[in-house]
Amino acid sequence: MLESYPPGRQRSAVVPMLIYAQDEVGSVTHELVEEVARRCGVTPLQVEEVVGYYSMLHKKPLGKYHVQVCTNISCLLVGGEELYEYTAKKLGLGNKEVTADGQFSIEEVECMGACSWAPAIQINYDFHHYVTPEKLDQLLDGLKQRTQ
Amino acid sequence: MAKKLFNEPSPLEVKVLSRRFGLDNSESLDTYLASDGMKAFWKAREMAPEQIVEEVKASALRGRGGAGFPTGMKWSFVPRNSPKPKYIVVNADESEPGTCKDRLLMEYDPHQLLEGMMIAGMAIDSHKGYIYIRGEYRYIIEHMDRAIAEAYSKGWLGKNIQGTGFDFDVYTHSGAGAYECGEETALLDSLEGKRGIPRLKPPFPAVAGAWASPTLLCNVETFSAVPAIIRDGGAAFAALGTPKNGGTRLLCLSGHVNKPGVYELPLGFNLMRVIEEVGGGMRGGKKLKAVIPGGSSCPVLKADECDIPGDYDSLAKAKSMLGSGGMVVMDEDTCMVRAAVRIMKFYAHESCGWCIPCREGTSWLKKILVRFHAGQGQRSDIDLIGDLSKSMLGRTFCALGDAAAMPTISIVEKFREEFEQHLGGACPYGKVHDLALTSH
Repeated sequence: MLESYPPGRQRSAVVPMLIYAQDEVGSVTHELVEEVARRCGVTPLQVEEVVGYYSMLHKKPLGKYHVQVCTNISCLLVGGEELYEYTAKKLGLGNKEVTADGQFSIEEVECMGACSWAPAIQINYDFHHYVTPEKLDQLLDGLKQRTQ
Repeated sequence: MAKKLFNEPSPLEVKVLSRRFGLDNSESLDTYLASDGMKAFWKAREMAPEQIVEEVKASALRGRGGAGFPTGMKWSFVPRNSPKPKYIVVNADESEPGTCKDRLLMEYDPHQLLEGMMIAGMAIDSHKGYIYIRGEYRYIIEHMDRAIAEAYSKGWLGKNIQGTGFDFDVYTHSGAGAYECGEETALLDSLEGKRGIPRLKPPFPAVAGAWASPTLLCNVETFSAVPAIIRDGGAAFAALGTPKNGGTRLLCLSGHVNKPGVYELPLGFNLMRVIEEVGGGMRGGKKLKAVIPGGSSCPVLKADECDIPGDYDSLAKAKSMLGSGGMVVMDEDTCMVRAAVRIMKFYAHESCGWCIPCREGTSWLKKILVRFHAGQGQRSDIDLIGDLSKSMLGRTFCALGDAAAMPTISIVEKFREEFEQHLGGACPYGKVHDLALTSH
């Protein structure tokens, strides 16, 4: 990854390195910040600045399945907000909360680029389009069975 | 195998950029080469850099990311004789609410984008390109990485491409969730490993962009149009659209229509026809109330303002914008105050906080609008919402402040009666959602 950037510009790898590492570690830990800083030749504070800015970077672990429901305008018009409320109720969670067993978390997110196939959700990085409460039930129940 | 299309195509489409969508293995280099791919590359090799830029100018292509700046002119601003390295940067941070087209261009036809980048490289003497893709599009990043690897393995990227002596390297770069990074200078700061904060312009990226070097930064769709322009000629592309508004564009239709979807239509295609003929009319036979013509930062059009050609200049004349092509259709049951709340909530969340009018303006407007929608507004708030929005206009480094203000001003001006209906009571359109509590 560091070789992608011009010589002396290794700081450029900070954002992608953080997000790929977070996927492996589960969250942005103190150790991770230090390691990214070391590899990219910046101070840990400069990495912390970045962590605090980007909405996909998080210091607390999320659920194994992070359910992100879009409620932005295109989704809102076709039931995105109701879908968010339905999902929150079903999982018994508030925004950005994690179930006790660490399996699920939920987040109300901004536009994810699926407006013409709304309402849309992402579970981790997987997109699901034209989501109805029934389809959501099937998706979550399927995941629950997989974890048992 | 043919990849399933996201939505049924429309017979009214004019497929130039999306012509390979749905072909067997449309993402493979073989399919690309078998369907006119890289013809423009060979043609561009025979052209002087200035000729390439002139051809793009002749195409009347305008930036598809939202601002609609003439692309050829942007290319001509890059000092190609600068001793510094020059960079091609693709804005694939597609985040404007209502917009979902760059995803398809990368998914179905990654080599078209790569060819466009290479031709841009020849035009400005650049040998390195970056595709900045929003972090949520991880599968697209992986998809582009595979296409790039295939291109390298078959001599279509790297050193001495196809024996021509032209070198070009391409890398993907992941974002991590920030609408602001779609703004070109914030994108460059993000590419450099910092928070995505806009820079003061000038200097423009063409002169001092990535790592303070001359940089040509355009949207995915803009670069993807370049192969067709060089292959068939700028004049042919221009002729598809209206004067000064060349070509086709991928229109992302969403909201209350029967057939939402992404459709490639010529510039100038009438907006009412988009709803009625391409989109199959209004869902449930409802009446049209309003349209956001090009992503949530565009002023809304009332139903009776939509019988206009869909091009940059016609939309500007109607005091709105063609924007990024995200056309959001709202029916008679839509609460415009709720729409205003949701749009402002987005901008308050996404304001990077650098400029105080935007940081404070969006968050206060969100609070006022949430309260107003819940029936706790006062008559004086209606003007306050409009005035606060106007006071953000033109007072920020980047366009996010304006993007938050413009739709809000238009909703207050055009749907004032709906604000009045919310005075002293619940939303007349039904359930009041707890927008404030579910807020991030």
